Amino acid sequence: MTEAKTYSFFLGCVMPNRFPNVEKSIREVLPKIGIELDELEGASCCPAPGVIRSFDEPTWLALASRNLALAEKAGNDLITGCNGCYGTFKEALAELKEHPDRLKEVKSYFHGLGIPFKAEVDAKHIIEVIHEIGPEEIKKQVVRPLKGLKVAVHYGCHLLKPSNNRPWEKTQRHTFLDELVDITGAESIPYRDKFMCCGAGGGVRGSNVPVSVDIAKEKLDNMIEAGVDAIVNVCSFCHLQFEVSQAQLNKELGEQRYKIPVFYYTQLLGLAMGMDPETLGLHKHVVSTQSLLDRLLT
Amino acid sequence: MNDSISRETIENESIDPDFVERIVEAGADRIRTCIQCGTCSSVCPSGRRTAFRTRELMRKALLGLKEEVLSSPDLWLCATCLTCLERCPRQIKVTDAIVIMRNMAVKEGFMLPQHRKVSKKLLQTGHAVPLDEANQEMRKELEIPEIPPTVHAHEDALDDVKEIMKRTGFDKLIQEEEGGEKE
Repeated sequence: MTEAKTYSFFLGCVMPNRFPNVEKSIREVLPKIGIELDELEGASCCPAPGVIRSFDEPTWLALASRNLALAEKAGNDLITGCNGCYGTFKEALAELKEHPDRLKEVKSYFHGLGIPFKAEVDAKHIIEVIHEIGPEEIKKQVVRPLKGLKVAVHYGCHLLKPSNNRPWEKTQRHTFLDELVDITGAESIPYRDKFMCCGAGGGVRGSNVPVSVDIAKEKLDNMIEAGVDAIVNVCSFCHLQFEVSQAQLNKELGEQRYKIPVFYYTQLLGLAMGMDPETLGLHKHVVSTQSLLDRLLT
Repeated sequence: MNDSISRETIENESIDPDFVERIVEAGADRIRTCIQCGTCSSVCPSGRRTAFRTRELMRKALLGLKEEVLSSPDLWLCATCLTCLERCPRQIKVTDAIVIMRNMAVKEGFMLPQHRKVSKKLLQTGHAVPLDEANQEMRKELEIPEIPPTVHAHEDALDDVKEIMKRTGFDKLIQEEEGGEKE
């Protein structure tokens, strides 16, 4: 293992305030694969690209810059586990670099607040950093291969797009997350419209729940048709969408059709690394993981 | 004519010739090259289940039908998945254009009540989704900081965030207008 690198851990809103079990798994797993996390004290909402950027772009850019400035001051690159926050920081940095007058504008809003900012910091996604370490290197840590586990991989949108401002080799039909799932011993199963949106973003979940949940339902039906045991995602908002929508759909239908456990990638990896399910927050899921864990760990 | 077909006429006063120019200036610079091929609509996950048609929105924007575009709740059905932007054969930043039009809509007072609520949460707490009691309890059980080390744990940091939102005018923008809000 190469020497550990330290990042400023940007939590965002949904992860610490709705799915702290996902946060817990990240805090447990990352240091074990050589990624040290520094607290980003005083960070705010990224702010959310679908809502706040849609309402007032200058406010979005100013607050995103403030969060980036906190990491820059700490001397680290920022790391996030949410695709929405990732999108915000990637797009904000691109805007500041392409248009120096926007950086001046942001600094005028910071005046007198003691927030130095040069926009030289970088923002990374947790899965990007894990991918940089590489599947082969990570695989060395796998002591409990998750044999027989069929997984629906969900990448999400802002992790991958706009492709001209993302680090991935390909612009579509990505495979990096599938490869990172494969090394855990689980099998990534193809399913219809795998790269489709979860339906949560853009302020749609916030303002039109029926449409939002119906998009999630389409994905969930495709996953059920493919016969998967679990969903693996890398975004706290997609995670929320799949967890909460399944409960909502079951309530509406009056039956238990939707019961696919939803794993954040670090929860899957942690399990394969031999970690205890409770350490990974797997006992705190909306859709119970228990029967799947019973099958996997006995 | 005595048939029952209602012909829709676009009146001159509905057309704002500067509308598309403002969208171009804000960054969706290739929108005029739209050929109405419909690729955007065909890949849209919201369009699959609603009457929202991205192509129609682009056409109306090009025609300058400002009031119709900005007042329509359809403008808020885009999940910003960026698939249309990736697939557009003219490389139009479709999603950016939608975000630009949403900014214009909010300035004109068109904001969905739930979105105003989210904005108020950001103004008050620095988070669009603030911590609640149940999750504070869960954090404690999980043995991670009971209050996350964000603005939730640092009042001075929250003051900075609030001050920035005052300076950008976000607080005023979100305030409900006298006599209720437009939708």
